[in-house]
Amino acid sequence: MNENIWVLASADSVAIATTLILAALGALFTERSGVLNLGIEGILLTAAISSFLAADTSGSIWLGLLIGSLAGALLACIHALLTVVLRANQIVAGLALVIFGTGLANFLGKPVEGKTVTTIIHPLSFGPLSDIPLIGPIIFGQDIITYASIAIAILSSLYLFRSRPGLELRATGDDPATVDAQGLSVASIRIRYTLFGGLLVGLGGSWLMLAQSAAWHQASTTNGIGWIALALVVFAGWRPIRLIFGAVLFGFTLQLPFTLQAEQITFIPSALMQMLPYLATLVALIALSRPSMRNKLGAPQALGTPFVRDER
Amino acid sequence: MTNTSHEVAKGPHHESGAAPSALSAHSIVKRFPGVLANDSVDFDVLPGEVHTLLGENGAGKSTLAAMLCGLYQPDSGYITRNGERIALSSPRAGLQHGIAMVHQHFRLVERFTVAENVILGSRDLSFRLNRSELEDRVSAVAESFGLPIEPGATVGDLSVGQRQRVEIVKALYQGAEILLLDEPTAVLVPAEVEKLFENVHAMTQAGKSIVFISHKLGEVVEISDRVTVLRNGRVTGHVSGRGTTDTRELARLMVGRDIELTTQRASHATGHEVLQIRDLSLNVGGVSVLSDISFNVHAGEMVGIAGVAGNGQKELAETIAGLTSPTSGSIAITGSMSTDRGPIHARELGLAYVPEDRLGMGLVPSMSILDNLLLTRDRNFVVDRASVEPEAVRLIEQFEIKANGPEHIARKLSGGNAQKVLLARELSGGRSATKLLVVCSPTRGLDVGAIETVRALLNDARSAGQAILLISEDLDEVMSLSDRILVLYRGSIVHETPGESAQLATVGAAMAGLSTEGNA
Ligand SMILES: Nc1ncnc2c1ncn2[C@@H]1O[C@H](COP(=O)(O)OP(=O)(O)O)[C@@H](O)[C@H]1O
Ligand SMILES: [Mg+2]
Repeated sequence: MNENIWVLASADSVAIATTLILAALGALFTERSGVLNLGIEGILLTAAISSFLAADTSGSIWLGLLIGSLAGALLACIHALLTVVLRANQIVAGLALVIFGTGLANFLGKPVEGKTVTTIIHPLSFGPLSDIPLIGPIIFGQDIITYASIAIAILSSLYLFRSRPGLELRATGDDPATVDAQGLSVASIRIRYTLFGGLLVGLGGSWLMLAQSAAWHQASTTNGIGWIALALVVFAGWRPIRLIFGAVLFGFTLQLPFTLQAEQITFIPSALMQMLPYLATLVALIALSRPSMRNKLGAPQALGTPFVRDER
Repeated sequence: MTNTSHEVAKGPHHESGAAPSALSAHSIVKRFPGVLANDSVDFDVLPGEVHTLLGENGAGKSTLAAMLCGLYQPDSGYITRNGERIALSSPRAGLQHGIAMVHQHFRLVERFTVAENVILGSRDLSFRLNRSELEDRVSAVAESFGLPIEPGATVGDLSVGQRQRVEIVKALYQGAEILLLDEPTAVLVPAEVEKLFENVHAMTQAGKSIVFISHKLGEVVEISDRVTVLRNGRVTGHVSGRGTTDTRELARLMVGRDIELTTQRASHATGHEVLQIRDLSLNVGGVSVLSDISFNVHAGEMVGIAGVAGNGQKELAETIAGLTSPTSGSIAITGSMSTDRGPIHARELGLAYVPEDRLGMGLVPSMSILDNLLLTRDRNFVVDRASVEPEAVRLIEQFEIKANGPEHIARKLSGGNAQKVLLARELSGGRSATKLLVVCSPTRGLDVGAIETVRALLNDARSAGQAILLISEDLDEVMSLSDRILVLYRGSIVHETPGESAQLATVGAAMAGLSTEGNA
């Protein structure tokens, strides 16, 4: 057995997990405020191509990451406008966002389809530490955004459960009428976190572009990661720390077919393996649609319901 | 005050020209689509007094309170605090002026702890939350008013009375000087009401003002320093003086005419057993919802089931109606077993069912009166509307339903009229004549006129020899109508008493699970 391949595979899992952590955290913040944004996949794609174009024309990956994140926030802004201000059905608006984001990415990316980014994010170097067999490349072979994503997840957990605004955020997702009666603006809280969520998703999409798939392919750059992120939030019970572990697990399953193929292990059909994350997504979405399951999983109780101030 | 004042007696706080009122409303008008909810209302509360807003359902009490705390804005009129005019643009503005409201439906996050709920929205908190320090602070506030609460408990696990206490502590924690309590006793059993009244006294002793909202005369007389009566959005009178108030006068102001305060039990002769329930138990998801229930209802008898909401009433009704299969035990209607046979079979045996949720389970809101009637009529493949139409017209007339005719859409009926349509359909019988009527909270949310009509209809049905099972959370209703009262507590019948000799205190204690004696 080629040990090297498994080391690379593990490193890959952590890497894919980065996008998942960022995208799922974005979805988590949005959902904790009571807004369901199914448009993550569309936001990821648009953010990816925006960061590609920005990095390619400016030559700066940092500008690429910034523009990609802002593009994500911009698309989330549309969702906030439709669902919070105009109180449109959140599922319909989210699905529309997927279609819109995909179309927009397709349009923006036409001229560069198949091209590679010239500037990409490089892993940090920890000197000899990175050369430790097995754990070296996994723990010390990642780039700054990967480390940052884990830090953001931990900070998010502290923010949610140990801070005053976090308390208000959770209350808004569970019981907006109560928050309203306390004189806090439900609309403003929901809009803010939907935008912030979009920003995180956008960062994830940009990172995916600039560190992962060096070439832009509208059809395969995101490869359904946006949907998987949504499932991940459900399985993590809307908790950031659990989400880190879930992301690594999903990341591992996502790259497994390629490793198995490289190892020429064929007794498990690779198509079946590739299907697993999407199957998980399907299960998660079914769970989300059942009120009793939602409660058990710890979903915000007002998730998906528009808020209208009404005494009765 | 206004020219409609009915000064029955002077209260201790009501010497005119004394300190300016803590909070007052001046000529407040509030309109909702199609309703004038508040029509030029004047109201004021002094420091350290309990001023009650009394009025029937829909009189406009909650609307006025919502404007006093900043939740709604008046269309015209203004509000003053200590004599100065203030603008209450939001609940936050209200809190800043020391005004807090305890809503009819509690505003608490069930998954949060008591302390988290109490501090939610406070602006003086640091960014970082220190659990134990917060819990100490919340306890301190609670204890200073003699309100024992456990700050670390999850609100979802608390009883209704405890939750209400959390709401009050929340208001006090935010520094409220004026508390608006919207129908605080509606959800409480009598013992909890006593506790609440003690708390109210402790708060007024500390100089707080209480605006107490209620439609129950007895408790209003007990707690209030002053009473303002609302009817159809207008102030119909002011009455002052704790304990010296004449309930008859209040009732007249509230309803607009003299009413009989106790509905008279129809004289009746009970006949054979129409409903027989034996050892009925129901488990839902491993939890026992009903356990070992046995009782009978005879022809011409009305049996009332009293209990605080959520003690198995809904499940009992649905099991009898055949919508739920019991885990064990049996139900017989007019001598035939109906257990596990489904709702249609139960109806064929003569059951009629008026669920609590009128427009959800009772009627199809988007369909006309006629079509709703057809639902329980013959079950042929082809619907014969023409043959039922004369009956619909007759029922509309007989039950005095205010509608444009049989084609009137159910959703567009007022609550009282929707209930009359439902009763008309159920009482008039479908495929077989009605022998047993199961009614759940038949007068909830109705105005006084409609309540009287509905209760009269039930009495008529009993006189006509139908067996009636009345399931209601309105204890007064059960006490005044039933021939026999059963108290349901945690899925068991814990108390049984004849309606005539029923004691409010005993039944109330049984509802709270405090007594198991008196079992017949
Ligand atoms: N948000 C609202 N929209 C429309 N109508 C309302 C609203 N709130 C109350 N109403 C109407 O205003 C009237 C007064 O209601 P409310 O103040 O709740 O009465 P109460 O609290 O005395 O029972 C009722 O006719 C009610 O239907
Ligand atoms: Mg009310």
